[in-house]
Amino acid sequence: MNEINQSILTLILLTPLAGAVLVALVPDRLKLPNWIALLTALVTFGLTLHLPAHFALGQSGFQFEINRQWIENPAIFYHVGIDGLSLWLVVLTGLLAPVGVLASWSAIAERRKVFYALFLVQQTAMFGVFISLDLMLYYGFWELSLVPMAILIAMYGRKNGPKAAVKFFLFTFIPSAPLLVAILWLYTRTNSFDLITLQHYIALGLIPAGALFWVALAFLFAFAVKVPVFPLHGWLADTFSEAPVALAMVVAGKLGLYSMLRFHVGLFPEQARAVAPYLIALAVVGILYGACLALVQRDFWRLLAFAALSHLSLIVLGIYGFSFTGWNGVVYQILSHGVVDGALFLLLGALYGRYGTSQINAYGGLAAKLPHTATLFVIASLAMIGLPMLSGFVGEFIILSSTFSGVSRGWAIAASLGVILSAAYMLWLVQRLFYGPESKLAASKPPEDLHFHEWVALWPLALLMLVMGIAPSFWFPSIQTGVHPPPQASLQIPASNSSRGEGQQ
Amino acid sequence: MNPVPGIFRILPEVILTLTGVGVMLIDATLPPGWARRPLGWVAALGTTLALWASLWQLSLPAGTGFSATVETSPFTVFFHVLICGIVLVALMLSLDTLPEDSHHQGEFYALIVFGAVGMCLLTGAVELLLVFIALEISSISTYVLAGYRKNTGRGPEAAIKYFLLGSFATAFLLYGIAMIFGATGTTQIYEIARQVPSAPNHLFVLAGLALMLVGILFKVSAVPFHVWTPDVYEGAPSPVVALLSTAPKAAAFALLLRVVYEMFPTLHSLWTPLLWIVAVLSMTVGNLAALRQQNVKRMLAYSSIAHAGYLLAAFAGLGTSGIAAASFYTAAYAAMNVGIFAVITLVSGYDEALPLIQDYRGLIYRSPLLGSLLIFFLVSLVGIPFTGGFFGKFYSFSAAVGGGAIWLAIIGLLNSGLAAAYYLRLALVAAQRSEDEKSQAAVAAPQVGIAVGAALLLAVAATLVLGIVPNEVLRAAEAGAHTLQVPPAPDATPAITTELQQNPQR
Repeated sequence: MNEINQSILTLILLTPLAGAVLVALVPDRLKLPNWIALLTALVTFGLTLHLPAHFALGQSGFQFEINRQWIENPAIFYHVGIDGLSLWLVVLTGLLAPVGVLASWSAIAERRKVFYALFLVQQTAMFGVFISLDLMLYYGFWELSLVPMAILIAMYGRKNGPKAAVKFFLFTFIPSAPLLVAILWLYTRTNSFDLITLQHYIALGLIPAGALFWVALAFLFAFAVKVPVFPLHGWLADTFSEAPVALAMVVAGKLGLYSMLRFHVGLFPEQARAVAPYLIALAVVGILYGACLALVQRDFWRLLAFAALSHLSLIVLGIYGFSFTGWNGVVYQILSHGVVDGALFLLLGALYGRYGTSQINAYGGLAAKLPHTATLFVIASLAMIGLPMLSGFVGEFIILSSTFSGVSRGWAIAASLGVILSAAYMLWLVQRLFYGPESKLAASKPPEDLHFHEWVALWPLALLMLVMGIAPSFWFPSIQTGVHPPPQASLQIPASNSSRGEGQQ
Repeated sequence: MNPVPGIFRILPEVILTLTGVGVMLIDATLPPGWARRPLGWVAALGTTLALWASLWQLSLPAGTGFSATVETSPFTVFFHVLICGIVLVALMLSLDTLPEDSHHQGEFYALIVFGAVGMCLLTGAVELLLVFIALEISSISTYVLAGYRKNTGRGPEAAIKYFLLGSFATAFLLYGIAMIFGATGTTQIYEIARQVPSAPNHLFVLAGLALMLVGILFKVSAVPFHVWTPDVYEGAPSPVVALLSTAPKAAAFALLLRVVYEMFPTLHSLWTPLLWIVAVLSMTVGNLAALRQQNVKRMLAYSSIAHAGYLLAAFAGLGTSGIAAASFYTAAYAAMNVGIFAVITLVSGYDEALPLIQDYRGLIYRSPLLGSLLIFFLVSLVGIPFTGGFFGKFYSFSAAVGGGAIWLAIIGLLNSGLAAAYYLRLALVAAQRSEDEKSQAAVAAPQVGIAVGAALLLAVAATLVLGIVPNEVLRAAEAGAHTLQVPPAPDATPAITTELQQNPQR
């Protein structure tokens, strides 16, 4: 078992890649690429489940660590490991991979090899981002994740794929330029790309604070675009309307939010605290702005995009509230958002596949004809709104209450408005899509409820929303080991970290 | 220690020369009707031998031969191997794509090999007159190669433009050499380095340095000496451009490294800002111009100007790190650029029936292999991690940051974001399904022959190796950088200096 523990992260990283190569080699017949991709995704998911099963609770620091030299000069290490922060994100990524394959099962009909190969490469890149503890390695995966995404949006975009792909790519690629310079600058000061070593140096104040402010800002900028934080959300709506369902599920949120927690707040606590008030303000603006725009959208992809902006901004608010409970809620909300958004994308993708339009007013009265779709859509919408007993409630409640007590009542109340608005636009969407008089479009097509593969993909997600809403205590103990208390307390560096930091010099 | 016979110091050049002469002689004696294609294989074989010979030179003690005019050291071996590799790929590329009926095939292969002689010699020369001769050897063959498609309008235009501007630049270089000789009384690079700090006529040295830089920067097509690049790339046959955009540049960068780091290290504070400005200009002008191009080769020409800028950013680095970064970048750039021109040769054909970006629409559907390769090389040119292009940029900009030029790195990386826009445009066009299926069917999928296949495989492998396991190459580049920093002791006293000492007329 110990041997598996020592190589499990490498396995998780390489399995999708191997699957991608296999997909590229087999002939495109008999849905062979689909099956290989599904099998790879399931195996990978199985591997990720190994992590929570053998995760040592209450042990701070990173687990399943691997630390080997990759490049000699400059010293880049293949340093991977997970803690409570990344543990469940890795599992979530693993879970969404088979879901994504199932979502594309019949939606992607041509060039399946390219699609599934790139989809699996994307998985590797995402796992890489979550487990890397070396800044260059992390940056590598971060950038790598853009390429399959951009190509797939361009190739499988619904109407104007290439334009959306260019927008997405440039929006996320250009901010990574300052990020790379910042990483390189840190290296020239410390001779290390290692997260733990750098954390140590920065906490000890070995790096001049004036420059560090800019370095931290460069990090933040790259992450804020990726999340996205208002006003950097320009790419989101186009990407959501064009990206294939399987990829739209993964594009927003997770990567950027995780990076904020780990590499901005985690690495530069002082600097992050200094900019926190601005980010809180932007987050609240984002919550309300996203919600208001979601209310007036006529296209359900765009509605979902602005809803995502609103919900992700709430998570950003939690991150920069700098409270321990808030951060727990943040991690939980990222997970919940991943599940809920995944389900919503899948369902809307199913509708789009059947009726060929994303115009909301073309729909209506589908509930009677597609009962399963309607049921699941309602569950997912309620989870998104944050109804108690469903997954969205827990995180949202924690974030809002910690904002209320820790940051300011005003901001918390303003943010709560977003929750009310979210109920408005989601329920209105449900009403317009599934209830009311049957539209011409709905009448013109034979009813076609969820296919078996969609059904298989959706029910586990729905179940998960329910379980996450009822029994959050299953997740919190492991999340708590990864979320460190806010910086006043963490200025004292654990002994193990400091010795490691010096050892690597 | 026995002195190494001088001939060993130039063994790769000798092999290449013999190959070139052999190819020309066989070509002349073959009856007119016979296929000339096997000559290409002869040339490729000779180039492979030269590559091995230069690797073998690593076992020699680093030092100079022929009265301290040529050097062998890890530095020269690095560039020899690189140039021979590029030439080999270019030869293989030409083997499958040159039309069978063109009756100058023999000369074509010979010229490529002769060009390689000049480029290899250029990287090894530590004597400015030899530098000049080597530059001329390489330039004259490339002038001819650029105009190889002489029945088209653009071929001769390219050749004449290249020739006129190129000889002008070489004249600058020569004038610079003369000035430096005037100031220091020698043309041996180590000697010059020793004399420069105490040179009586410092102004001459400065003028010489400036003039030499003009000549060299022309060869690497850095702004403001770049105007020839798009026209020449557009007019020359694609396999030649694959060679032209990489090998002579690699050689010229080797020379630039030698001139600034070995010959004028004491003038560091003088040439660093100059190269800083040229680097920023090159990347910005190159990228902005590339954004507006419709012709793929012109776009890549401007992109190569931008890449020269990224590479020049490495010169802001301190000593070893800067040299190693520049050397590494040369290799990475060569791998991906040769690769993409190989793809372009196959897609648009020798006659370039499909020169525009729009003509690449749906390439990935027409030919999945070429389409994927095109996207792969473009991704590397953008500088996405796990490809050679990323580590090239990474080392270049980390050298710059290490040297304190943070702004240069930021400008450079923002530029690479700008560059992503036009690389991506081509990649996305290739990934897009064309509107009318009929015109697609009319364009036959290009055939990939054995030689071209091998060339592509080499380019892909090199790009991936440089992106995933670059340690070996990096070590080689660093070893080279060390020899450039601490020149090996010359085996013999430089000839010209001795002569001067004997006749002290000046």
